[in-house]
Amino acid sequence: MKNNTIFKITFWKVIATVIIVIGLYAIYLRFTQGIGAVSNLSDEFPWGLWIGFDILSGVGLAAGGFTLCAIVYIFNIEKYRPIIRPTILTAFLGYLLVIFALMIDLGRPWAIWHAIIMWNPRSVMFEVAWCVILYSTVLFLEFSPIVLEKYKLKRLLKVVKVITIPLVIMGVILSTLHQSSLGSLYLITPSKMHPLWYSSLLPVFFYLSAIAVGCAMIIMESYLSAKAYKKQLEFSLLVNVGKWMVVVLGMYGAWRFTYLIQSGKIGLLFQPSEAMYLFHLEILIGIIVPISLLLFKKIRENRVGLFIASITVIGGFLLNRLNVSVTAFQASAGTYYFPSFLEISLTLFIIVIGVIVFNFVIKNFNVFEDIVEPDPVELKEVKPKYAVLNDLNALEQN
Amino acid sequence: MKKRKAMLFDITKCVGCLACYEACKVENDLPVTAEDPLQDTLSDKTFTSIEMRGDYYIRKMCQHCSDPACLSVCPVGAFSKSASGAVLYDEKKCMGCRYCMQACPFQIPRFEWRSTNPKITKCIMCYDLVKNGEATACSTACPAESTIFGDYDDIVNEAKSRLENNPEQYHPHIYGLKEVGGTSVLNLSPVPLEKLGFYANLPNERLPDLTWNALEKIPTVVSVGGVMLAGFYWLTNRKNEIKREELSQNNNRHTESTQGEKSDEK
Ligand code: SF4
Ligand code: SF4
Ligand code: SF4
Repeated sequence: MKNNTIFKITFWKVIATVIIVIGLYAIYLRFTQGIGAVSNLSDEFPWGLWIGFDILSGVGLAAGGFTLCAIVYIFNIEKYRPIIRPTILTAFLGYLLVIFALMIDLGRPWAIWHAIIMWNPRSVMFEVAWCVILYSTVLFLEFSPIVLEKYKLKRLLKVVKVITIPLVIMGVILSTLHQSSLGSLYLITPSKMHPLWYSSLLPVFFYLSAIAVGCAMIIMESYLSAKAYKKQLEFSLLVNVGKWMVVVLGMYGAWRFTYLIQSGKIGLLFQPSEAMYLFHLEILIGIIVPISLLLFKKIRENRVGLFIASITVIGGFLLNRLNVSVTAFQASAGTYYFPSFLEISLTLFIIVIGVIVFNFVIKNFNVFEDIVEPDPVELKEVKPKYAVLNDLNALEQN
Repeated sequence: MKKRKAMLFDITKCVGCLACYEACKVENDLPVTAEDPLQDTLSDKTFTSIEMRGDYYIRKMCQHCSDPACLSVCPVGAFSKSASGAVLYDEKKCMGCRYCMQACPFQIPRFEWRSTNPKITKCIMCYDLVKNGEATACSTACPAESTIFGDYDDIVNEAKSRLENNPEQYHPHIYGLKEVGGTSVLNLSPVPLEKLGFYANLPNERLPDLTWNALEKIPTVVSVGGVMLAGFYWLTNRKNEIKREELSQNNNRHTESTQGEKSDEK
């Protein structure tokens, strides 16, 4: 893969180095002087940027993994198979980074394994912990063929292939559970949360928005890997993902709107406050703008248009998670919270590490297996249609 | 069996002498944290505080909920409820996720932000004293009968009779009787407590029930979801199998007929 342009540009190298140095310094401070030394977190605001962005958003952005697995393996839409490996890779890395972030955010990270043996089934966090552990294992197994192939471990490879479908089903269910449960985390704080965000439907909203952002991530990743690695999927497939995204976003938006009316909170939309403006902004860039854009055929069927729409979905999603975890608690906390410089640096640090590892894996393993490099025409015409037949032939030959 | 205990804090009687504050510091071996204790707030080294709100003094401390949010949310079960009703914390289990702080409706648990081995801290209703049949340190210290301690039923009756005997002094509500499913610390106030920035918009529901409503759906999601996905897989792959069969039949016919033609030619 010599076409990797991202890290050739020295400008980015410089930025990345600076972020890494500051990040390492922050980690050093964190583990020698406590969380209070690097963050603006406080007794009034115990959860901040790290929970809102690194954990809530991190898990959500990795939702492309289970969405795509369901499409390819369960609904058997083979055309999407070429992007399944990069998507699983991103999801797997995403979860590893979430766990890494947890190790920084937890006050007593060495006790993280307690969640495995000390049960409290009434705790949402307990459920999330189990789902994340199990799902990371599933993702690891789903990703493992890429490694096994490289080192030609055929026996293991066969085992993994046999259990693929049960794995995928488990993955989809585990994802459904913990994507929604991240919303359930907040069900217990009705009196502390701003009413625009508190809802008994939080788990449903978290789930739907995760699926929507999963679609957006698939589009964005395809676009970026097309740029960076000259690999891409047949464009009409991405347009379809875009259409799905509109449908899911529409459902999500309609449900949230109906909820506001039914619970009598609709008036809050017109009572100016910082929270209200942030709510408007979230709905605007996360739901209204992308839906409006994609309803136009010209935009939808244009690479850049589709890309921009998916970026707004991701932006709106991030804002939603930060609103739920930070903005909604601003009023009841009694103090104003804004993440400290080092808190932000640590978050950037984690992103940079993610990009570097992704690049490394792409360079060293055959992640874009099914994409025929030199001849995009072949990919367009032959592969999707006869993929089933090819599989069948392969089976027979074995 | 040990009886359920309770405390009452009566704002109308508090004179702001801070005896409870000092007694708590002594009983729990906590260091001095403020020059003017009236300015002090709850922290990892202060389990109870007396704060000025206009003409009144309010007292902050763990309310020892009947069904505590902190206990229900802790993923490792670091909290427990003793027979006396005290909500206790076990640092050996805790992993420092701070969900208990996030969930507590009274914003009580504190965290040692500057420690590399941080703990959660809060009032423990003088567990050792109460276990030995004594009263809590803060209630013993209170000279004004503002903070009192006793069996739960007795304390509730005392609160009721104070309301009945001096209705003009009180806002007619016993805080903690119903809120969040009831607490072991009751509060009496001359004005609605919300006006003093405390106890705002609390539902009477037990908070852990709100979570349970969602958690109890998990078995359904797993079983129905599993069958549904497996079913979809079966259906969609069945379609492909049929397609495959048709395709291969077509192919066979095609090859047969071409072969036939060839043999004809011969
Ligand atoms: S007041 Fe807060 S810390 Fe105390 S028992 Fe209730 S939920 Fe737990
Ligand atoms: S910080 Fe400790 S006690 Fe509090 S919820 Fe997390 S693990 Fe439990
Ligand atoms: S009950 Fe004990 S620990 Fe709690 S505030 Fe009173 S003296 Fe302190």
